[in-house]
Amino acid sequence: MSAVSAVSAISDTAMTVPIEHGFILVALLWTVGLIGLLSRKNALFMLMSMEIMLNAGALAFILAGSLWQQADGQVIYILILSVAAAEVGLGLALLIRLRAYISDLNIDKLDELRG
Amino acid sequence: MSAELLFYVSGTLALISSLLVVINKNAVHALLYLVVSLLALAMCFYLLGAPFAAALQIIVYAGAIMVLFVFAVMMFNINQKDIDQESQWLDWKIWLGPTSLVLILLAEVLFVLLSQTNWPSTTIELVDARAVGSLLFGPYLLAVEIASFLLLAGLVGGYHLAKELPTRQSPVRQPGSGGDSL
Amino acid sequence: MQSTQDMQNLLFLVPLFPLVSSLILLLLHGRLAPIVVALLGVGSMALAAILTLLIGLEFFEQGSTAFQQVLFNWLPIAGASLDFALHLDQLSMVMMGVITGVGWMIHWYAAAYMFGDKDVQRFFVYMNLFIFAMLMLVLGDSLVLLYLGWEGVGLCSFLLIGFWQHDANNVLAAKKAFIVTRVGDTAMMLGLLILFSEFNSLHIATIVNSTVDVPQPTLWLACILLVGGAVGKSAQLPLQTWLPDAMAGPTPVSALIHAATMVTAGVYLIARMHPLFLQVEGILTIVAWIGALTLVMAGIAALAQTDIKRILAYSTMSQIGYMFLGLGALAFDGAIFHLMTHAFFKALLFLTAGSIILKMHHEQNIFKMGGLFRSLPLSSTFLLIGLLALVAFPGSSGFFSKEAILVATYQSHTAGPTLWWLGVLGAFLTSLYSFRLLFIVCFGSANHHLKEGDYSVSSQFVVPLLPLVILAVIGGFIQLNFTQVFGPSAHPHLPLWIEWLPVAVAAVGFVLAWILYFPRKAVETDERQTSALNRFCRDGLGFDWLYQQIFTKPLQFFARVNKSDIVDHFYHFVGWFNFSLNETLVVSQNGKLRWYLCGTLAGCALMLGGLLWLP
Repeated sequence: MSAVSAVSAISDTAMTVPIEHGFILVALLWTVGLIGLLSRKNALFMLMSMEIMLNAGALAFILAGSLWQQADGQVIYILILSVAAAEVGLGLALLIRLRAYISDLNIDKLDELRG
Repeated sequence: MSAELLFYVSGTLALISSLLVVINKNAVHALLYLVVSLLALAMCFYLLGAPFAAALQIIVYAGAIMVLFVFAVMMFNINQKDIDQESQWLDWKIWLGPTSLVLILLAEVLFVLLSQTNWPSTTIELVDARAVGSLLFGPYLLAVEIASFLLLAGLVGGYHLAKELPTRQSPVRQPGSGGDSL
Repeated sequence: MQSTQDMQNLLFLVPLFPLVSSLILLLLHGRLAPIVVALLGVGSMALAAILTLLIGLEFFEQGSTAFQQVLFNWLPIAGASLDFALHLDQLSMVMMGVITGVGWMIHWYAAAYMFGDKDVQRFFVYMNLFIFAMLMLVLGDSLVLLYLGWEGVGLCSFLLIGFWQHDANNVLAAKKAFIVTRVGDTAMMLGLLILFSEFNSLHIATIVNSTVDVPQPTLWLACILLVGGAVGKSAQLPLQTWLPDAMAGPTPVSALIHAATMVTAGVYLIARMHPLFLQVEGILTIVAWIGALTLVMAGIAALAQTDIKRILAYSTMSQIGYMFLGLGALAFDGAIFHLMTHAFFKALLFLTAGSIILKMHHEQNIFKMGGLFRSLPLSSTFLLIGLLALVAFPGSSGFFSKEAILVATYQSHTAGPTLWWLGVLGAFLTSLYSFRLLFIVCFGSANHHLKEGDYSVSSQFVVPLLPLVILAVIGGFIQLNFTQVFGPSAHPHLPLWIEWLPVAVAAVGFVLAWILYFPRKAVETDERQTSALNRFCRDGLGFDWLYQQIFTKPLQFFARVNKSDIVDHFYHFVGWFNFSLNETLVVSQNGKLRWYLCGTLAGCALMLGGLLWLP
């Protein structure tokens, strides 16, 4: 089957997943990302956990878009994508700097703003 | 296989691989698991009637951003010492506090979600690229421009921050010489 | 009748002369030769005294009508405007005469006494300023002017007692005098405020002639407070402890301030405000009792003193007790008469004592003198004359004035026989200590070590004393007329024994003194006579000790306890609290990013929970 007909085949079956399950998935993904953000000391892993959280947010928007049968959800998904890209670019550059400054990526060493 | 089952499977796959990302010791392995998670999510997008988003997820997110991650990780020169230190940091006691806090939050969010009773009917229809494109060039034109600003900022910032630092030997400034500005 | 008021129109010059002299001496401090200083200081007093005489002559010729001289409007308060005005009537005329006359003599003597002292210019600044303040006190027509003078004399007394500042004891005595009189002054100020709030004016004539119906308790309170002020200034019980210590000042100061004038200010105040006191039940009895108790107590204390000036100080206290007794017994004219005669003989006594002390090279212990009748006959004669006036020897000035008081006391309805017996006891004690002084100082063998050549007394020390001697002898025959102020004086007729018992008692005192104190053999020192009773009496019957226990020691205790300042602790606590709060809270700012995240999330969870599950 060509991709187009596969797509129309899927639309013909009229998937009827209860939409709240999708949102539950969003919540769970976001939670996982958050646990990783809070628990990992390595800055790289923190960045990866943030990617997971961003993805969960993107999924939520896509769900909403399909719920209301509008393309706005995908548009916002594209904006989230560009945000994630910019953020990752800058974040990794900073991580490179960090690694040069302190020899590992332990984010707990950046505590000079204490007191 | 029905679409529902596919949806649940890819959802579970995304969840499990995200979990594996979070608890991994090796950065490269974690990245690969993250790619798996992204691909699973792309599958979900497709099943939700957003093929354009799915394609973009695979091409841009998994294809560009993750690759960027991988390159950066390779620049770090992670050796065995880092991996051992990572396992030292991953004491189970550290997980306790954040997990309990986040689980409380999760409970609250789920409570809100599940107490909604009137969800609209959920027949998924396709929303294709044409619709997205007409929106992007229509009402969301300004948003696109601003997104391009954002990307420019990311580009310039990334370039500047990752540059080689100049050597530390700078000439001693003469007092009263009224030196030039930067 | 403008022309006959020529002299009286110059009334304002009488206090002005000393004031101007004081200011000139103050401004030109250190630039005038001593002889110029003396001329200015004494000369201003001479001018004031002569002017007083002329004014007095005109005043009495005119029939002694009251004379008011308004100088300027001082406090233009709406509804209670106050003028700076001088009021001349019989009472203030007599006071003015005493102040300027006796004051002139004392200034003249002081110029000789203080000659050679390097601070003599400062001395005359204070003395002239004192005269000005005292004149303001007696001439003022409102209680405000009176209080101005009151405070002024208090200040000058402080400055003059502590005149030789290099000796810390003098300064201590000055501070004690000032603080004790300050207690009285505060009471007086409160009394003045009550009077102002009741009568809405502090003009004396207005208050005295007022028809405002003031409740008795308020009036009693105001009067007792005024009596408190008088008691402080006149060194009566219970504020009498400062006067013996005030003898630390130069002798002319003791003569002027602490015998003739300042200590009589309290007597003047009560006499001036007597219509007010007459309206209140029982006040004058209190005054009489204060006087009687003081005069007995001071007499007992004087018996145990060894310092000649302290004997005279207690004697002054005792005699002012007589004046208070007279005031309390409604013998106002008798009291003022005694004030005048007391000024004469007490000034004479003090100045003579000054001459003796100078000749003894500043020795003031009477047991180190002796036999002065042979060595210093002139001074001893003056001393004898003064003491005879003091013990009310028949014919001397003291006799007439003391008799007037005692006679009025016996049959006064505010005093009565009990107080009269106390007065008689006082006369006995007076005689006893006076002759003790005379016998120990003037008879017996000499206990001192002076050479013959030191004995002559220069004329400058004698000439000023001559008018005082004459007045001490014949002053009793001056008929003072106070009818316009105090009303017609009563001339009670009493049994003869009442009139002559005081004299008999004085004679008994003389005999007893002869038996006890006349030096028979050469007495070396008197150290053996320091029994506990003797020491108790010498220390002023324990009042100093009592006040120290009641006031000084608790205050010092609290000062020590509060050394770290309890109020400061409160402010330190505020600072400490903030710091410790900071230390507690800063723990949460440890710089670690993940902790901050946890904090934010915890807050989110709480808020969400609150929104979801709280109504």
